[in-house]
Amino acid sequence: MKTDVVVIGAGAVGCAIARELSKYELDITVVEKNEDIGGDASKSNSAIIHTGYDASPGSLESELVVAANPMYDKIVRDLDVHFEPVGAILPAITDEQLEQLPAIKDKAMRNRVYDVEYLTREDVLRMEPEINPEVRAALYIPRESIIDPFVLVQAYAENAYANGVHFLLSTKVTDIRTGDGCVQSVITTGGEIETKWVINAAALYCDEIAGMVGKRCYDVVPRRGQFYILDKNTSCKVKHIVLPIPTKTTKGRLMCPTVHGNMLIGPTAEDLDDKSATETTADGLESIRIDVEKLVPRVNWRDAITQYSGLRPNRVPEGLHVDTYEDLNGYINLSGVRSTGLTLSVAMGKYVAQLMISLGMNAPFKKNFVEKRKGITRFADLSVEQQASLIEKQPLYGNIVCRCETVTEQEILDAIHRPLGARSVDAVKRRVRAGTGRCQAGFCTPKVIEILARELKMPASEIMKNEKGSYYVVGDMR
Amino acid sequence: MQKITCDVLVIGAGPAGLAASIAAKQEGAEKVLIVERDESIGGILQQCIHPGFGLSYFEEELTGPEYYARFADKALELGVEVLLNTMVLDIGDTGVVCMSSKDGLSIIEAGSVVLAMGCRERTRFQLTIPGSRPSGVFTAGTAQRLMNRENAMVGRRVVILGSGDIGMIMARRITLEGAEVIAVVELNDYLAGLTRNKVQCLDDFEIPLLMKHTVTDIKGKKRVESVTVCEVDAENIPIPETAVEYPCDTLLLSVGLIPENELTHKAEIEISPITNGPVVNQYMQTSREDVFACGNVVHVNDLVDNVSLESERAGQCAAKYALGRLKKAEDVIQVQPGRNVRYICPQEIVNSGDGGEINLYFRVTSPEEKVRILVKTGDKVIVQKRALRVNPGEMEHIRFDAKEITSPDLTVEVMKEAI
Repeated sequence: MKTDVVVIGAGAVGCAIARELSKYELDITVVEKNEDIGGDASKSNSAIIHTGYDASPGSLESELVVAANPMYDKIVRDLDVHFEPVGAILPAITDEQLEQLPAIKDKAMRNRVYDVEYLTREDVLRMEPEINPEVRAALYIPRESIIDPFVLVQAYAENAYANGVHFLLSTKVTDIRTGDGCVQSVITTGGEIETKWVINAAALYCDEIAGMVGKRCYDVVPRRGQFYILDKNTSCKVKHIVLPIPTKTTKGRLMCPTVHGNMLIGPTAEDLDDKSATETTADGLESIRIDVEKLVPRVNWRDAITQYSGLRPNRVPEGLHVDTYEDLNGYINLSGVRSTGLTLSVAMGKYVAQLMISLGMNAPFKKNFVEKRKGITRFADLSVEQQASLIEKQPLYGNIVCRCETVTEQEILDAIHRPLGARSVDAVKRRVRAGTGRCQAGFCTPKVIEILARELKMPASEIMKNEKGSYYVVGDMR
Repeated sequence: MQKITCDVLVIGAGPAGLAASIAAKQEGAEKVLIVERDESIGGILQQCIHPGFGLSYFEEELTGPEYYARFADKALELGVEVLLNTMVLDIGDTGVVCMSSKDGLSIIEAGSVVLAMGCRERTRFQLTIPGSRPSGVFTAGTAQRLMNRENAMVGRRVVILGSGDIGMIMARRITLEGAEVIAVVELNDYLAGLTRNKVQCLDDFEIPLLMKHTVTDIKGKKRVESVTVCEVDAENIPIPETAVEYPCDTLLLSVGLIPENELTHKAEIEISPITNGPVVNQYMQTSREDVFACGNVVHVNDLVDNVSLESERAGQCAAKYALGRLKKAEDVIQVQPGRNVRYICPQEIVNSGDGGEINLYFRVTSPEEKVRILVKTGDKVIVQKRALRVNPGEMEHIRFDAKEITSPDLTVEVMKEAI
């Protein structure tokens, strides 16, 4: 195989880079070890589009996050992604916290996030009645926003695909061949790919990839974040992203709505050695409960419908880096993309493209670049009249498969049959939300397995939850 | 959008909906319509292929499919109409909105509505069981559906958390299919399900039952590889030193059922925080006077036979309401749970002054032996009965005539028998 650019990793950053580069006359191949696009950290995070108010002023991370935030107005319209600029509130509950507010505001200004405002106690309680009534004052950061992180990455990838990008899934990079001071090829479990450029967007594994070209000058130490999701009907809800005031040791746990109306609470921050340690722990979950009750005392934990955890690809030594090397043409190494990775993905695409141009990439703009991507029609979001006419056109919209989230059979077929479509139960879930409701897939799992088996022409025993080996049924009973 | 009218609309064609529809017909409702989201009637009984149903209602032992078939035959014979593959989206003020592949969206104008949507299972996440999130963690009912309706075997080495009835029945089912059930693990010191299921499903197959134990960790990246089981202390807190890791490929959960009340919620009908189902009176009437409810959507029952009886009352009263023959609920008394009573259903009694049999179903808070169950109006005992043993896993009931009620204070209590 031969290509111009290999992007390693189909998470938010890898897919955003691939999409941006697909605006040029380049042959691009994304290589992903998982069975689905969507990455690791990109699919298990707090689903927030940040402003960069608390970044380290003057850093590359600050530059990219601050630049990225205003780009979402357009990107979510072009790519049809659910996004809501709900705003964030940082309440000061104690005197000590009250004293910290000016410094936080000052840092926001230095990051050029100028629209941060003080809120009085009355303002806070009016805007967010569930906040601890002992609140003294708060900061309001209007452009902190929430997004559907699964769909954002799918949208980047699908749009990149529509513009000719190849995706190799379930394909692991095992080596990178170099010679004459240039990258030559990428060796994968699916064969060798000759290429001029290699972009390492492997996040958690970016240190190992860098090691393949002798550029491992840092380590990735996964920092786990555990989260709770609460039922849409929970008795205590917030409308904004409620952020704690950070302490010296931790940024703390937040509570916010998701674009689907659930409550999201977390995360923890635990440094680990194991890059696959995505389990939740009793201690971690308890620490979330204790912390968040200080912000929002009435949180109803009995309404928890799930818990999950994700690993931030934390870099040691710290900091976001995009490195190129004089002795290795065509190799671009990204490292230290952490909790702001989802936010800065869109800006990172542009940054990397510009970097390549400065390094001599001179492919012309594509004349027929497809700018827009249409998402899967979500039946539950439509008016009764729209629903009626949709079923008339396509009767499978009349079959509800996931009753908690009102997901129809046609939406599941769309998830399976669109480009880069779902091949597993989790992949269906991340595209159309089947199984994300309060019964946590109890009722719809058998049906989704049946639909996947039918559409992919496979026996039910070969339908996986996600990766190979995560089977549901061991075979027919008789 | 098509418009349908009927006298009584029943949501759900499980045992509750079927019994309600028959009773509504027998009460004189002309058009009784059941809306069912599944492709066939029978509800969860379709996957309950084991015997044990009908012992009190029919005085013979039937399987789940045999049990519902008797009701289904009767309903069809009486002319009850059924819309299959049809999902109710909303119970609005102007009608019930439902949809299906075949007919698209429809609005049903009904004289009265009976909620009979049943219940759903609690999940590992509602219990906050930590660990990884591999495949192989099933609620017992999902595994039962896969095995009994989809012919799909769920695993080879199984741990079951919770001594609920479905869990114990699945322990036997899995054993009969040649797989190994390592243990059934129960947090409390009493059984969650029926004693007869422990005897017939666990003891007879020598399946270990670990009381005062729970699952504290799930391991496995792709498929379950092991679960950790701990003993718990008097406060049900796991004791770390007692942890034992059991290699297995499957964890089944039988840790409680929750009435399925999405529609009830949307319709802004009052829901009891204890049962998680609508608050009802003896007519099985909810806080919205044209909406009735019965079966597991109201409170989770142990025996379908009780569901059938309760649903007949709901269907009958819904028909009376639709025909303008049900008295308006004016003088309403709250039934108060007294000593060792967790909840009572119905929660309210309409004291019309005309009398009529009241059948109160209730659960105790904790197990007790040699007790007396009392219903009191003010300080006066209306009715009492003795019980050798009461258990939260087994529903109790007590009957009396409404005309005995002389005070707005109506209490049910369980007292220790004086020795």
